Amino acid sequence: MISPPRESVGVKRTFNWKENLFAYALLFPSLIFLSLFTFYPTLKSIYNSFLSSGFGQKTFVGFDQYSRVLQDEVFRKVIINNLWLAAATIPTSILLAVYLAVWVNDKMKGNGILRASFFYPTVIPMIAIANIWLFIYTPDYGLIDKFFDMLGLSGPHWLGDPKWVMWAMIIMIIWKEAGFFMIFYLAGLQNLPSEVYEAAKLEGAKPFQVFRKITFPLLMPTTLFVLIVATTNSFKLVDHLYIMTKGGPDNASNLLLYYIYETAFSFWDTGAASVLTVVLLLILLSISIFNYAFLDKRIHY
Amino acid sequence: MEKPGLYYYVNKVIVALLAVLFLIPLVWTILTSFTPATDVITRSNPFWISRPTFDNYIAAWETVPFLTYYWNTIVIVIGILVVQLFTLTLAAYAFARLNFIGQNVMFIIFLVQIMIPPDVLIVPNYAIMSELNLVDSKLAIMMPYWASAFGVFLLRQTFKQVPIELDEASRVDGCKWWQTLWHVYMHSAKPTYVAFALISISTHWNNFMWPLIVTNSVESRPLTVGIAIFAQSFETGAQWGTVTAATILVIFPLLLAFFLFQRQFVESFMHSGIK
Repeated sequence: MISPPRESVGVKRTFNWKENLFAYALLFPSLIFLSLFTFYPTLKSIYNSFLSSGFGQKTFVGFDQYSRVLQDEVFRKVIINNLWLAAATIPTSILLAVYLAVWVNDKMKGNGILRASFFYPTVIPMIAIANIWLFIYTPDYGLIDKFFDMLGLSGPHWLGDPKWVMWAMIIMIIWKEAGFFMIFYLAGLQNLPSEVYEAAKLEGAKPFQVFRKITFPLLMPTTLFVLIVATTNSFKLVDHLYIMTKGGPDNASNLLLYYIYETAFSFWDTGAASVLTVVLLLILLSISIFNYAFLDKRIHY
Repeated sequence: MEKPGLYYYVNKVIVALLAVLFLIPLVWTILTSFTPATDVITRSNPFWISRPTFDNYIAAWETVPFLTYYWNTIVIVIGILVVQLFTLTLAAYAFARLNFIGQNVMFIIFLVQIMIPPDVLIVPNYAIMSELNLVDSKLAIMMPYWASAFGVFLLRQTFKQVPIELDEASRVDGCKWWQTLWHVYMHSAKPTYVAFALISISTHWNNFMWPLIVTNSVESRPLTVGIAIFAQSFETGAQWGTVTAATILVIFPLLLAFFLFQRQFVESFMHSGIK
């Protein structure tokens, strides 16, 4: 995605006082806000994660707080939910996105409308999506149960049953994300060399063979990029929980970031919330490091 | 052109059916918002309105202070974008065209914000806002987003493609650095600015968790928080009409902009993923 700046090789550079000062002056406005709202809070979270915050008094407790929070039953549930959500939504929405992109890619009339109908969930706030899907999942009167009714079936209590609530969320997230990922595949498809396809056609390759042997491998850079966005999103998207389930029933749909929010602003346990924030930071950092260290090198054609 | 085979038509039909499936939530919400409150639950066909009405919109408009919320959201979105454009233009120029000590270190420092977005730092950032005495202000919602590493990298790529000769020519003509920046760089980066603006606006129009935490009054709340608090006050289906109407009022501006400028939107989001 982003290539680091390269020093110009062979050109002997002398230290230019003025240019250095000028460069840092230009970076300064950004650096203020980065320091104040990214670096300082990150360090503050790490520091606070070692302090217990009971009854307004902060005492140093070292790793005790970590073992208290990390051994908690709810923490385990939340992490499993997050992993489960990622495992179920990411491959499905990526496959759906590739499929849709391939079939709405040509300049045919009507494809614009098709693209729009897949992409529009991207521009709707998660909170509005939650309002809409809450009504879709409502027992008896909701859209899905009306449909089940027509078929003579009766659905479970989608959001109230711990067995079903994650499935309900997974379907909604796939609906929200597939069209967004489709856009990146549309961009990827535009860069594919047409000669390869002509050659494949001459060889009499079947359409699915062409996709499996040519299109999909050539789209690998896009897939890896989308994979990173999707993985990060699966930890960031939690707004809907506020409207739909509050993480319930019995934390069956709770996710790490929402759990952080609850811990800090409902239970007012800043120490525990800091430990959880550090865990989330570590997860996000390992996703990016994995990306830059392993994936970025392999995704060139 | 050769005739497409059966597989072609089968797949086209599947894609069209999927499109209908994807549109159902929106269509159903719009229809429900025009259905009289008494009919919402009893209607047998959820895709048919026998007596269309505006009552839900009137009720929603009267209960929710929409004008204040719209105003707040617009101020927040514009306030974030304007400062972002300033900070990221300067930083992108430095990264694209200047040689300085520690360039790589600075690059990584900016990269960290992409890895750790402000959205996950809600707990420490809330503490910082209360130290700054800014809790429950629009400023508190905006400030964490005033630096955008994503925007810096996006713009840096574009600035790097500006021919260096244009830069030199304008300097020979006697332009100051900021005149060159304006006439040469910012001018040729217009599509990138549009792309970034669309992404920034839709991200912050939709943002919820952070504004929810740092605000606690109608005067500073954006639309998303307002609608969430409004929707929370209902449990039963009787108010579906009002809640769907309010939801439509929240998503309508962005949705309208999206359908009008579909190409720009799609291209902007595409742009953000390309090297």
